[in-house]
Amino acid sequence: MKDKIAEKLLLVIAFSAIGSLLLITFFIFQQGIPLIFKIGLGNFFSMHWSPTRGQFGILSMIIGSLMVTVGALVVGIPFGLACAIYLAEFSSKMVQKTLKPIIELLAGIPSVVYGFIGIVILVPFIRTHFGGPGFSVLASSIILGIMILPTIVSISYDSLIAVPNTYREGSYALGATKWQTVVKLLIPAARSGIVASIILGMGRAIGETMAVIMVAGNALKIPHSILDSVRTLTSTIALELGYATGDHRAALFACGAFLFIIITILNIIAIRVTGRRE
Amino acid sequence: MTFRIGPRTSQIIAHIILLLMTIITVVVLFFIIGYVFKNGFAQLSLEFLFDRTREMGKEGGIFPSIIGTLFVTVLAIIIATPLGVGSAVYLVEYTRGGLLRRIISFGADCLAGVPSIIFGLFGFIFFVIQLKLGWSILSGSLTLAVMIIPTIIRTSEEAIKAVPLSYREISYSLGGGKLDTILKVVLPTSLPGILTGVILGIGRAIGETAAVIFTAGSSLGMPTSVFSSTRTLAVHFYILAREGISMEKAYGTATVLIIIILFVNFVAYRLMHRFMERYY
Repeated sequence: MKDKIAEKLLLVIAFSAIGSLLLITFFIFQQGIPLIFKIGLGNFFSMHWSPTRGQFGILSMIIGSLMVTVGALVVGIPFGLACAIYLAEFSSKMVQKTLKPIIELLAGIPSVVYGFIGIVILVPFIRTHFGGPGFSVLASSIILGIMILPTIVSISYDSLIAVPNTYREGSYALGATKWQTVVKLLIPAARSGIVASIILGMGRAIGETMAVIMVAGNALKIPHSILDSVRTLTSTIALELGYATGDHRAALFACGAFLFIIITILNIIAIRVTGRRE
Repeated sequence: MTFRIGPRTSQIIAHIILLLMTIITVVVLFFIIGYVFKNGFAQLSLEFLFDRTREMGKEGGIFPSIIGTLFVTVLAIIIATPLGVGSAVYLVEYTRGGLLRRIISFGADCLAGVPSIIFGLFGFIFFVIQLKLGWSILSGSLTLAVMIIPTIIRTSEEAIKAVPLSYREISYSLGGGKLDTILKVVLPTSLPGILTGVILGIGRAIGETAAVIFTAGSSLGMPTSVFSSTRTLAVHFYILAREGISMEKAYGTATVLIIIILFVNFVAYRLMHRFMERYY
């Protein structure tokens, strides 16, 4: 009897995660989607964002989000993979045991700290050495690239380590060097984990808000160079939610809904690729 | 004429490049913390930690934010822990593969990837406005609880899975029911692993900004109940830095924030390590 009640109770509890996800989806969509129908898809995906005049086009922000995300990947992937490969294949057990937890520890550093470092070091550096306002696509990309490093390193490392040792031994026995083994054998074998790490890092970069607000400059126009100011979907939501009302608030939820769809697609791809829990 | 680089040479070049890139990464990461500490330690004093915040943060200390962070985090953990651990117990002990298990896991995995600004939007419209909880500690902690449930589920699930099957069999053979076995054998054995998840959740809650600023608000007063609005450390730091109110106080606040988070993550890491040594 007691066991039956416990099982029912736990079943209800077990739905807390998926239930929350559905609740989030419902409320974000319920608040945002009607506005998209009201103004029309064409206007929603246009260039003109001017809440006071009732214009809610998010195209420039989509492009902004896309630019900083691609930039983050350009910075994050080479360094992340290099670290993962070095730690997994080239370093001693001692180095592995020290560096892996340190890099993972850094995943816990709050995003506002990264943004702050961007403001006090990176932005002035870019302004003096490359020109422009400093608050830019470049600054956002570098900061986001650093932020997604722990995700890429940690998951890629785990998938490289998971490749059976017999693969390496076979390759060495054929006279291949370590680097040849890594390129020809280990990376292809660990491909799904590496791809998942990149997709998850991408999701983190698109969704990041506070760090980007602090270094992106947030000007509402499409940047012409990487030194120009840029505004992302997430920054628009965070900058304007505090005072938005009516259609304007609904438009911010519509931005959220769009973001939510993109990120959920990325998540599903990542889950699929790794085949986690199967 | 083309040069072909031999395998030995490319091995050496690759090794050097990988080593250099790893060193750069580690140096950058250390530099970030070191830079904040270098400028922040000088700001730390008993007065800074235990004084009220004055003139929007230009003067005084960060005590109200420390208390606010504590309230929001503790409440979030109290809400999220039973839900997260309960889900993990159900996943491991009551489901055997199948659709139900896939749905529950999928929910946790997807929720884990939702960005914090979406939690902020959700908490704002659901807890603050629809449930009329206003900008309050309660709204903030409910939002954070939803955010950290997946962390707790994933870590607890791994910990519970690691409990050897023989432990359960012994309990059953002694006449223990399923619930007894879970409460008296499975949970106590997996406790360090479960605690790791809870502590990682604490770390995430303390460092969060986007989800908290629209749910707990940014009031600088001393919180008096769960219905008070509060400004957590991370939010206070964000406002100080972004509005350029006081760079000195911003460094000080960031230092306190980073010390707390490093400590919390370190404890989680040690616990996990000890647990893994015992059962893997």
